[in-house]
Formats: sequence, structure tokens, C-alpha cells
Amino acid sequence: MKILVAIKRVQDYNIKVQPKSDGSDVDMEGVKMGVNPFDENAIEEAIRLKEKGVASEIVGVSIGSSLNQDVLRQGLAMGVDKAILVETDKVLQPLAIAKLLKKVVEKEKPDLILLGKLALDSDAGQTGQMLAGLLNCSQGTFASSIEIKDSEVFITREIDGGTESIVTKLPVVLTADLRLNEPRFVKLPNLMMARKKSIETIKADDLGVDISSKLKTISVSEPPPRKEGIKVKDIKELLQKLNDIEGIKI
Amino acid sequence: MILAEHDGKKLNDVVFNAIGAAEIWGGSIDLLIIGKGIDELVNQASKIDSVDKIIKFDAPHLEHLLAEDAANIISEIGQDYRVILAPHTWFSRNILPRVAALLDVSMISDVLKINGDNTYIRSTYAGNVHATLKSDEPIQVLTVHSSKFKAVGLNGNALIVDSKAPEPLNLSRWEKERKIESDRPPLINAKVVISGGRSLGSAKKFNEVLAPLADKLEAAIGATRAAVDAGYAPNEIQVGQTGVVVAPELYIAIGVSGANQHIYGMKDSRVVVAINNDPDATIFQFADYGLVADLFEAVPEMATLVSKT
Ligand SMILES: Cc1cc2nc3c(=O)[nH]c(=O)nc-3n(C[C@H](O)[C@H](O)[C@H](O)COP(=O)(O)OP(=O)(O)OC[C@H]3O[C@@H](n4cnc5c(N)ncnc54)[C@H](O)[C@@H]3O)c2cc1C
Ligand SMILES: Nc1ncnc2c1ncn2[C@@H]1O[C@H](COP(=O)(O)O)[C@@H](O)[C@H]1O
Repeated sequence: MKILVAIKRVQDYNIKVQPKSDGSDVDMEGVKMGVNPFDENAIEEAIRLKEKGVASEIVGVSIGSSLNQDVLRQGLAMGVDKAILVETDKVLQPLAIAKLLKKVVEKEKPDLILLGKLALDSDAGQTGQMLAGLLNCSQGTFASSIEIKDSEVFITREIDGGTESIVTKLPVVLTADLRLNEPRFVKLPNLMMARKKSIETIKADDLGVDISSKLKTISVSEPPPRKEGIKVKDIKELLQKLNDIEGIKI
Repeated sequence: MILAEHDGKKLNDVVFNAIGAAEIWGGSIDLLIIGKGIDELVNQASKIDSVDKIIKFDAPHLEHLLAEDAANIISEIGQDYRVILAPHTWFSRNILPRVAALLDVSMISDVLKINGDNTYIRSTYAGNVHATLKSDEPIQVLTVHSSKFKAVGLNGNALIVDSKAPEPLNLSRWEKERKIESDRPPLINAKVVISGGRSLGSAKKFNEVLAPLADKLEAAIGATRAAVDAGYAPNEIQVGQTGVVVAPELYIAIGVSGANQHIYGMKDSRVVVAINNDPDATIFQFADYGLVADLFEAVPEMATLVSKT
């Protein structure tokens, strides 16, 4: 079985990204970047399926500028077998990403396609479902457990207020929740080795899909600040303030 | 068109907010209800304000709605609509992106504000940036941040249209569901939420310290990811980017440091209280009332002093 994993390059999760002063875009200058956390779970799951003997090959794909090579190398260092960069300098919406991924899927013909459930920059959580729709195949989103038996995929999904178990056919698009697994640490020698591996590069423009978008960002700003709070000295004062100022009768 | 979510008996409260959001367009509003044996539910829903039509799909294979079947239905009838909208919950987030792809349009997730001319404000970069977007798509597909929109009432009289469901696609099958049973109000629409962090130290302490206060305040209990990961609290009650987004009247963060991802899930609460023994904890920047104290003393004291029973 072959697995395709989508790897996005995003800001480090500890970093508070700020808008540029003219509000035209966010300021990514000098911001530490890495693999989207949910994609690390996707990669880890793919590797575990290979270690169990369920999967035979793992292909990692990233879409973006040549800088995205670093996240692909991170994937290779974790255990991905082959890396593909779909190169473009355009900022793409999830629909365009899904269309490009569909092209790669048609070329690579994986049985299982793993994505993260959400990218930390877009906060969208759309790409996996869109890709499944474009491929007209099964989907299993927000997966916290994945098992494959007799070419059926058993998935536990995180839903509002609990979990749900579904069974899908192959091929299937799955999106990883943080709870799916604990991604392994990359050892330095592995990272060194991954540096030497080659990365297949495809120009996005050569894939023949329309990646223009009718959805445009006009401006960005900081969220309106919360009004400044106060410190109270004890519980009595807290309850009194809640009662007197906020009208919360407790 | 609004995609309604329900448990077979009752609509989720956030659907009322989504209808409130749809009013901004000023056009007619249809509510799509898909399920099995939903006559009673549909009758009740027909009384919702501002809804012109209820589009009902009632069939055995739609009881546990699978994304593939749902998107198949919605993208088929959706071609006739200008707007397809739903509350930003895991239910809709599973389905609507697939619908958007089938309709070949972009989607806008978790909209905070809608301007009539197809411009929107939504948050990005883990909630640290607000972006203003304009969509020239022929069909606007979006999920809305429920707490930012006013819920509509129950003085309407909608027409009910029964539709014939397409055959199941059989791409997936539903096996089972596990929902946490609790006497407390559901996290997503509780008036008061108290959340505990890693500092509670154990599952036993988590419950011992928080439950008495939650009982008195009739509050839902939430948790940080660190508390969930440590096994102190179940997944389902994680508040934040990866969990539930809440916006209660009162949010009390207890021994919570205030990481980005947690703030994401509670910053729309009307009043925020933080109890933390570190005066420099980030959570205080997001709290209206901060108390620097040891939670193991402050919380039991609060439970005793709160008069409501
Ligand atoms: C991709 C991603 C998604 C994430 N999603 C979420 C999410 O949805 N929700 C979420 O919550 N987190 C999420 N996280 C994790 C988040 O980054 C933080 O690690 C987590 O919120 C911290 O939890 P905490 O506040 O309980 O623990 P800590 O950061 O360890 O903080 C404990 C706090 O308790 C205080 N304290 C200790 N002892 C006492 C005492 N006796 N009395 C009073 N105060 C005390 C300390 O001063 C400290 O501030 C996510 C992380 C990633 C990478
Ligand atoms: N540029 C990209 N390159 C590779 N994978 C991507 C890209 N954008 C999105 N993805 C995948 O889609 C998932 C969800 O992204 P999003 O829909 O933007 O929240 C991510 O976790 C990735 O797995």
C-alpha cells in the first residue's frame, strides 16, 4: 500500500504572527517556520503503518516556494521515502491546494492520503475534505485512531462532544488530529542524511490547474484588544466585582 | 441555505445564530434538515423566525450523516443558492469544505463578521490576526463563529418541503458513537464555564477541586490540552483551537497559563476570570478579573462563598 502525506510549512506554534504596519499582509520576516503540527501527526501515522508492514511506500508533498524544501527534509528525516515539491510563489487558498494535490494523487496513485486537520496559518481546516470531494472518494476527518484491515479503514473521529467510529473503503483521504499519535523526534544523523536526498520538483503552473482564486484578502489587522482587566485581592472582592460591575449574581 | 445540525430530536442551539447571520443578506432563508425520522424536529423548526422553507431529507441511511452523502445532497441542491452557511462546528467542518469543492468554489471558515457585499472578517494565524476577505464566488460557502451572531427566535411559520434522498454512496459506513454523558450543561452553550489546567495535578484532584464549584455555578467544566494529555480530563472537554470554542457569560480559568491555542477557544467569553499563582501568567492579559493565588485554596473558598445553589 502506498501513502501520500501533505506537508505544509507554517509558523512555529509558539509564535504570535503580527500584521505589517500598513495592514497589507502579515509580517513573516524572521518568523521561525516548520512542519504544521497536525501534519507531523500525519507523517508519524504513515511511518507507523509502514513499520507495521501495512504500507510499503510513503510520499511526502509540499506546495509552496523552494523554502518548503526544509519541511520536506524534515519529513524525509522522520521516515518519508520520497519527497515532492510543487513549486509556486503564489499564496494559495485550500481549494487550489486541493486541486494541485489531486494532480499529484493522480500521478502517484496512493491508496491512503493523509493530511493535517488544520493548518496553523490558514486556520481553515478545508483542504482534506476538498481533496476527497474532488477525488470523489471516502473521507475520514479529525482522526484520532486509524486501523487498516482487509482493505477497509477503521477510523475514530473527534466530533462535538465525543468520538465517532466509521469504516471507509480505499482510497481514502484522512485528516489527522493531534491525538492520533505522538510524533517522533528527528535524530540529527537522520536530518543530515535527509539533506542528501533529492526532492522531485514540479512547477505548479505545469500541472494545468486553475489556481487563481475568487477569494481575496483585502487587509489584515490585529484583533481588537480586550479591555484591560484588573487584579482582585481575594475571592470576596472577586465575587463582589462580578456582582456589582458585571451583574453576575453568584 | 443553512445546514442544520441536530441529534434527531432537537436542533443544536448554534443553528439559531447561523440563521441570525444569514439575515444579513436580506434574502429568503431555507433551512436544510437531513436525518431519519425527523418529522417532529422539522415541525418544531418550522416555527423559527426568518426561515421561509425547511428542506427535509428523511431516509434510513441519513440517520448518522456521513460527509460523502451529505455533500452529495447539498452540492446538488446548493447550485440554486447564493449562500450556503452553517455554524463553525466539527459537524459542519466535516461536510462544507467537501460541498465547496464539489461546487468548485472557495470556502470561508469561522467568519466573525459579515458585510453585505460579500466581504468578511475572520481570524487566522491561530487567532492572532484578523483578515478582511472579499469573495467573488457565485456561491458563498461559509461557517460562522456562532457567538458573534444573534440567535433568532421562534415566531416564524416556514413551509416544509419533503425531498427525496438520493441513494447512499456507500463510500463509508457508520459504526458507533461515544458521547460523554454528564449532568452538567454542554460546554458549547453553557452560561458559565470553568476550566482547569495541568496544575490540577491528577484526574482525582481535577474533579475534587473543580466539581463543587461547577455544581454551585451550574457550570460546564473545560480543560486545557495539557490537562487532557496528562489524563486528568477527557478529550471532549478540551477548550481551544483543537477542541471546543466557547463563549459563555462567565469563563473561569483555573491554573491555566494562557497559551495561544487555549485563548483561541475562550476569548469571546463576556467576562473572564483567571486564578493563577504566577502573577506574570499570560492568561491575566485576557482576564477581566485576575486573582494571584494558589488554586487549591482559592477554588474551594470560592465554592464555599458562592451563594447560588
Ligand atoms: C497545534 C497545537 C494545538 C493546541 N491546541 C490546544 C487547545 O485546543 N487547547 C489548549 O488548551 N491547548 C492547546 N495546545 C497546547 C498549548 O500550547 C499549551 O501547552 C496548553 O494550553 C497549556 O496547558 P496548561 O495551561 O494547563 O499548562 P501549563 O502551560 O503548564 O500551565 C500551568 C499553569 O498553572 C499555573 N499553576 C501551577 N500551579 C498552580 C497553583 N497551585 N495554583 C494556581 N496556578 C498554578 C502555572 O503558573 C501555569 O501558568 C495546543 C498546542 C499545539 C502545538
Ligand atoms: N501548501 C500546502 N502544502 C502541503 N500541504 C498542504 C498545504 N496547504 C494545506 N495542506 C494540507 O492541508 C491540511 C489542512 O490545511 P488547511 O485546509 O489550510 O487548514 C494541512 O494540515 C496540510 O496537510
